[in-house]
Amino acid sequence: MVRFEDVAMRYGTGPEILRDVTFSLDPGSFHFVTGPSGAGKSSLLKLLYLAHRPSEGRISLFGRDIAGLKRSEIALMRRRIGVVFQDFRLLPHLSALDNVALPLRVSGQPDDKVDQNVCELLTWVGLADHLHASPDTLSGGQQQRIAIARAVIGRPSLLIADEPTGNVDDRIAIRLLYLFEELNKLGTTVVIATHNESLVHRFSHAALRIDECTVKVITPQPRIEAASGQGSAA
Amino acid sequence: MPTRTTDVPLATDASGRFLPWLVALMVYLAAISLTAGMAMQKIILRWDQGLAGRVTIQMPPKSPGETEAEAASRHDRVLQILRSTPGVRSAEALDPDDIADLLEPWLGEHILNQDLPLPILVAVSVERSTPPDLPKLAVKLNEVSPGVVVDDHQRWLGDLLDLARTVETISALVVLAVGLSAAITIIFVTRTGLSIHRQVIDLLHLIGAQDSYIARQFQNHAARLGLRGGVVGLVLAGLSLLLVDHLLARNQSALLPSLSLTVWEWLILALLPVATAAVAMITARITVTHNLARLP
Repeated sequence: MVRFEDVAMRYGTGPEILRDVTFSLDPGSFHFVTGPSGAGKSSLLKLLYLAHRPSEGRISLFGRDIAGLKRSEIALMRRRIGVVFQDFRLLPHLSALDNVALPLRVSGQPDDKVDQNVCELLTWVGLADHLHASPDTLSGGQQQRIAIARAVIGRPSLLIADEPTGNVDDRIAIRLLYLFEELNKLGTTVVIATHNESLVHRFSHAALRIDECTVKVITPQPRIEAASGQGSAA
Repeated sequence: MPTRTTDVPLATDASGRFLPWLVALMVYLAAISLTAGMAMQKIILRWDQGLAGRVTIQMPPKSPGETEAEAASRHDRVLQILRSTPGVRSAEALDPDDIADLLEPWLGEHILNQDLPLPILVAVSVERSTPPDLPKLAVKLNEVSPGVVVDDHQRWLGDLLDLARTVETISALVVLAVGLSAAITIIFVTRTGLSIHRQVIDLLHLIGAQDSYIARQFQNHAARLGLRGGVVGLVLAGLSLLLVDHLLARNQSALLPSLSLTVWEWLILALLPVATAAVAMITARITVTHNLARLP
């Protein structure tokens, strides 16, 4: 699914943010990306969702080396990746429905099918009453659900979330993680960057720990189960 | 409730307010210039056709040592030669009173009344397909009436046609310059739009939008603004042309061109907004595609 080989990354002519990064993610796997603030979690995710090119090394996604891809092929590959951005990146001039519909529209799906799928998903995440609301008029939690809905509407093979629990309390964070686990069970490979170590311990998944610009793969620990929030979705 | 128009909110940009007026001004200038060019073309055609097949023979008036009868005989012989020359359809001497009327605005009635010797003018119509050999004809006529001038108007007409063609070329250059200015303006506006909406474009890019999808939003916006401005400019130009034509019609002159346009000429002018929209659309597309190529 994902393979990094001796990857290094820097912004412009600045210092290396990541170096000698080598790991691979199997299809259907679930990984956290952890590390202290400023360690390079978001940078690693940018490489994963093709927002940045490595300065060295080789990245393969879905079995193809990204260095050899044409621009049009990269766009098609991005459609297989769903991203929940840390700052949501919702478009304020579009309604909740149109924000979620964006990935389907850019892939050229017909409007009637798009609207039906988006309405169903927004209903599922509890925003049926806010289909036509502007994101600016919604709460942080509601915006986050729109961002998640937009990331999963295209049924991506790889779901990447950058600090999705950063702006919510622990109860909501746990519910969100259960939602991602549900998607993972449906076959989606999930990568979640978080600085919340307690969440990482709570959910027994492998982690990519970034420390001193390098990445170490941490094997999963036994799961700590808790009654609150288990089995429910956002 | 926000209503979806485009993913990139270009309609809210300041450029959307000033660009149509700028395009309107450009199309206005282009329409006026194009009309001037078409009017000059009509003049060229009119002069060319009007004088084609016409020759003027200028005979010296009665000389001091010549009797009236001798002068009349000389003039008759010239007319006979002309009428018997192959290729000449007709040769008619202009009435001296008519010549005086023609010259009166230039020389004044007073001078003409003082027995000013006026040359005899003969209007000659020649076959267009088989015209006579004018240099040979001039030699022949000079043998019977020294001082005869054969004028086929080519020197005068040539100068005027050169002038008309210069005006025509200038009008074509103005249309070209206006088109170029429109393209440069669109490039500037599109780049500004790309800069303003960078975050939206980045997002579209990251969720898998092809460059053509993003470019389409800019090109459609530019085409809409171009067409809107073009129509306004054309309407204003049309009103101006009707006004100028009305003023020209009041001062009828053989030299001034008529601005009364034919249906085809109006159709050519009507293509200006469409052409402007097309230039805007293509320019915006190329600009966006070129800029997006820099993104990873």
